[in-house]
Amino acid sequence: MTGGSDEFGVRLRVYEGQPAAVSGVGKDPVNLPMIRHWCEAMGDTNPAYEGPDAIAPPTMLQAWTMGGLSGHVGRTGAYDELLTLLEEAGCTSIVATDCEQEYLRPLRPGDRVTFDTAIESVSEQKTTKLGSGYFITTRTDVRVGDDLVGTHRFRVLKYAPSRRPPAGRARRPRPVVNRDNAGFWEGVAEGRLLIQRCAVCGTLRHPWLPGCNACGSLDWDTVEASGEGTVYSYVVMHHPPFPAFEPPYAVGLIELAEGVRMVSNVFGVPYDKVRIGLPVRVEFRRYDDDAGELVLPLFRVVEGEA
Amino acid sequence: MGTETTRLAAGTDLPPLEIPITRTLIVAGAIASRDYQDVHHDVELARQKGSPDVFMNILTTNGLVGRYITDCFGPGAVLRKVAIRLGAPNYPGDTMVLTGRIEELDEETGTATVRVIGDNAIGRHVSGSVTVTFTEAVVTVTLTDETDETDETDETDETDETDEGAS
Repeated sequence: MTGGSDEFGVRLRVYEGQPAAVSGVGKDPVNLPMIRHWCEAMGDTNPAYEGPDAIAPPTMLQAWTMGGLSGHVGRTGAYDELLTLLEEAGCTSIVATDCEQEYLRPLRPGDRVTFDTAIESVSEQKTTKLGSGYFITTRTDVRVGDDLVGTHRFRVLKYAPSRRPPAGRARRPRPVVNRDNAGFWEGVAEGRLLIQRCAVCGTLRHPWLPGCNACGSLDWDTVEASGEGTVYSYVVMHHPPFPAFEPPYAVGLIELAEGVRMVSNVFGVPYDKVRIGLPVRVEFRRYDDDAGELVLPLFRVVEGEA
Repeated sequence: MGTETTRLAAGTDLPPLEIPITRTLIVAGAIASRDYQDVHHDVELARQKGSPDVFMNILTTNGLVGRYITDCFGPGAVLRKVAIRLGAPNYPGDTMVLTGRIEELDEETGTATVRVIGDNAIGRHVSGSVTVTFTEAVVTVTLTDETDETDETDETDETDETDEGAS
């Protein structure tokens, strides 16, 4: 997303002070049926909200201004523009975080509500548990005729959700294939583990690189690894969780029989049974997900060794 | 069932209110508040937006906080200000416990400011402050044990137990 750049923040803050709704009119006058439905939902049995002298529950203030299924009334272009700008920047979700209301006089059945809303502030980019985004604060003055009956400050977070899809459904991360390492991944696709060998001094190397660390030569060929190796070192990942993997799991630094080392998952034993020195053997695993097919070299602990 | 009335003062803890968070409450609250955002009634779309389930909208929380305070302060109580901040969402199957503590109480004007907190199994759903005016500075608590059936009366300034309330 675009967020974080000051330029974007400046574009957002242009909207501060602009009206979000002008002379909005409540879709329904304050009425007993809507009050009763509200009280039923809330389990509110306050007698003040019933009978001939009923008032509306003060906390219904915002409900009288809601657009419902047929959309908002009186909304200006500015508020929609601000939301669109944020959506284009990846902030597709919205959640309300704060509501501050002041009730100057009770609303009664028959009252016709009108309202004006201003965009009070747009925050800097904030990172929350839900995701990264921007807080928008609006202030609404609610009137009946010329009388101010209540004020309503409302804050929403418009954000890009940080998703954590269940493991197994998430795409496994793809290797970065470039011209220096393409030969390795071509080998893996054919079920062959290829090690680079310097054409001049014969030194083996992994990961793949353009030149030889020992003599500097740029000439090389490959040898196919036997696939046998041992755990040279390992870590167990508990946190942070990564969408494609279900922690805990073991990541090993495998020393191949030929002498070079590579990083991959170690499996075939529980994560807490992985030890330095365990014999392992390469296994080419195939993954199919919505990004297509992927083959990766993983290392299975040789049976009877854990 | 008997009741107990407690004279209110700054520092008084209000009796807690447990609210089971049902799918019905979430949907009924959203519709009663005219909030048709899909995350408050459509599980599939809520999941697509990264939420594990539908969750309560802020207007319902606001309504429940208001109900909690007027229930505690009894007939004659009028809400003047309600300011809330949301944290952990209210998902179906959870229970929210609302608690309140009186921060300021002015007998002359009959005005109290109450700090309200609503916790659920995953954390603090709501915290906020409510200003309410009242006609009588007592809170009525429904008793669950047998002690209210006796004629004992505690004559301290703080409490006044009676056995006459059949609620």
